[in-house]
Amino acid sequence: MSNQTEQPDLERRGFIGKTVLAAGAAVVAPGVLVSVAGAGAKTDGADPGKRYGLLIDTNKCAEGCTACVTACNEEHGIDLMQKPEGLDEAQWQQQKPQWIRKVKLQDNLTGRVTNLPLMCQHCEFPPCVDVCPTGASFKRADGIVMVDRHTCIGCRYCMMACPYKARSFIHQEVEHQTVSAPRGKGCVESCNLCAYRLDYGADNTACAEACAAQGHNAILFGDLNDPNSELAQALSSAASRQIRGDLELNTGVRYTNV
Amino acid sequence: MLGSIGLKRLIGLAVAGLMAALAATAHAGSEWVTEGSRAEGLDSCVIDDTEKMRRNHMDYLVHQRDDVVRRGGRGSQYKLAECVNCHTAEDAAGHAIPIDDEGQFCASCHNYMAVNVNCFQCHRKVPEEE
Amino acid sequence: MSTMTYRELWCSSPRYWAGLALLGALVLIGLGAAYYMEHQGHYVTGMNNHIVWGLPHVFAIFLIVAASGALNVASIGSVFGGPMYKPLGRFSALLAIGLLAGGLYVLVLDLGRPDRLVVAMTTYNFKSIFTWNIFLYNGFFLIVALYIWSMIDRTAKWAYTPLGFTAFFWRLALTTGTGSIFGFLVAREAYDAAILAPMFIIMSFSYGLAFFILALLAAFWWAGRAIGDLRLTKLKNLLGVFIGAVLFFALVYHLTNLYITQHHGLESFVLLDGGIYTVMFWLGQVVIGSIVPLFLIYSPGFKTSRWAIAAASVLVLAGGFFQLYVLVIGGQAFPMPLFPGQEVLASTMLDGQIAPYTPSVPEFLLGMSGIVVAMTLVAVVSRMLQVLPDSLEDEQER
Repeated sequence: MSNQTEQPDLERRGFIGKTVLAAGAAVVAPGVLVSVAGAGAKTDGADPGKRYGLLIDTNKCAEGCTACVTACNEEHGIDLMQKPEGLDEAQWQQQKPQWIRKVKLQDNLTGRVTNLPLMCQHCEFPPCVDVCPTGASFKRADGIVMVDRHTCIGCRYCMMACPYKARSFIHQEVEHQTVSAPRGKGCVESCNLCAYRLDYGADNTACAEACAAQGHNAILFGDLNDPNSELAQALSSAASRQIRGDLELNTGVRYTNV
Repeated sequence: MLGSIGLKRLIGLAVAGLMAALAATAHAGSEWVTEGSRAEGLDSCVIDDTEKMRRNHMDYLVHQRDDVVRRGGRGSQYKLAECVNCHTAEDAAGHAIPIDDEGQFCASCHNYMAVNVNCFQCHRKVPEEE
Repeated sequence: MSTMTYRELWCSSPRYWAGLALLGALVLIGLGAAYYMEHQGHYVTGMNNHIVWGLPHVFAIFLIVAASGALNVASIGSVFGGPMYKPLGRFSALLAIGLLAGGLYVLVLDLGRPDRLVVAMTTYNFKSIFTWNIFLYNGFFLIVALYIWSMIDRTAKWAYTPLGFTAFFWRLALTTGTGSIFGFLVAREAYDAAILAPMFIIMSFSYGLAFFILALLAAFWWAGRAIGDLRLTKLKNLLGVFIGAVLFFALVYHLTNLYITQHHGLESFVLLDGGIYTVMFWLGQVVIGSIVPLFLIYSPGFKTSRWAIAAASVLVLAGGFFQLYVLVIGGQAFPMPLFPGQEVLASTMLDGQIAPYTPSVPEFLLGMSGIVVAMTLVAVVSRMLQVLPDSLEDEQER
């Protein structure tokens, strides 16, 4: 009872009576805390001058290697999910989230075999963003296409629209998540180029890092808009292509030697 | 007549019961900090004035969530993860108890106020091990 | 026309309430199924990351398309001045509202987060055809409700014609919008075609009329009233024309695709070797949904047979259902052309392969209950408002 009558008073008295406490607790402590916890964090948001992307050299992508997939699953807590009890294995394979996948191709005419990782292509004109009724599917200022789960209603129209099957729907309750990748039942999700890592000052994605650690260096991450970036240099020196370039979506993920 | 007396008594009993229940929950509600959580050892919320936090945390969090997700701005001091870090208790075995579990920090107040917490359908409910 | 009187759907209490109780029970079963799917998550359904829209969507789209078509009978009465159709206008408009409500009910309960319906209603992305549809659907409810009012209330007669035209154009927009949900999907071969929008309109004519005939026969049987042969013959002949039109559009759609080399894979999938989808197309859409009903409608042997008309309508609906199943599910099952000229040897996302889908029982129950919701709504409102003519005997016509 007393709580309720006290509250408005507290708000008013806070300026006078609790100044000392407030000075100590509300100013100093969080200041210290934020400066420690938020080291390197971007306060001004995604940089509109940048456009993040990937270049994948399929010649370097090794057959049978799934380091990028494993790294992605660990990074975003996808591996914390388990097959729901009673669900058959085949259906689980079709229902579990896959932000990145390995694809092996063979040319019909020449027989040449290609391996490549496929993920959200971070289009400049993303069909998933066009069709989303609530605007939950959106493109960040720095070109990253992602889902705002707070407004996603789970209609799956974006999955219908995506030419790359890059998106996954969460078919079950999610028990465990990492702090940096909140995910739950009934929403759609996909590769976000490790957006939070970039926001905290990292300069590489989990998949590219894992690929490099394996010594393959098939995935190159960088800023497409920065002519001096390793990515832009590589793109300007070798022929590359977009998957489904016919749709003119101007993808942020490019491939060489497909 | 007898019936109406019975009814009166019944209403009286119900009211008394309600008051008792209210008093009990009001008492429970006054323990604003979860026993055994890091926050228990602190005088006030480290992020902002406790009273302000209590009243406005939802606005802070909604503002912060839009800032983080849509704008990519990570500078806000209001972080759900920090709430979780500070306000979760541990069970006897030393494992963190999910913050939205019955009787825990978020749930105790939200259940009392009958306000649904949506956050933890997607967000991590326990501190992340370093 | 002045002799036409309307009366609420009134029959003996047990007859009415038992019917309503049956409908209510079926709705409850559907709601239970929806709760189960939402509570567990979609993993209990047959849907997966390839077939993201399953059986509930087929039902939902089917009902929404039929809804706009059911309004046609009213439109013929007011927009095209058909006196034979005018007395059927009220019921036709009511059925349209009911079917749309049933379809949206299924659509919403199949969302991943139906609890966030309020988000869908308040946060818009105006480049999305879905957003436009939210307005088209809500507007449809409002306009058609006013339309019914203008038909029932004599003092509102002035509004009848303008509302009739508004409703007619609105329903065209609505079906175009529904067809465009698919027509705007550039990613998938089966959908990326402008013809889908007009095709959905003609499909709506056919399904809507079939639904209307069945609902009319059922309501008159329930209330123990009589319908004249003349009027039913008119309705059934119209249905015949619509069936032919749908077939024609299907023909054009497939012929166009057959001309384009890129789409040969898709066409052979639907027409030749797509397994269940091929069977559904030929046996379901073409034979059951078109040829047999056309025979039932135009064969002199069944000239005025009520059973033949009812059977033809049921078959048209079944055929329409198969048509949408092939389009919605088959269109998703067929692989997207990511790497033209290359064969996919391995992929965990079934690239280059036909995606599997087995509908589950709860999905079916939810979808079915959408139809039942529509019927329940019509049954309840028919008893509250004067939408059904007292009699549709031929003698009253001149």
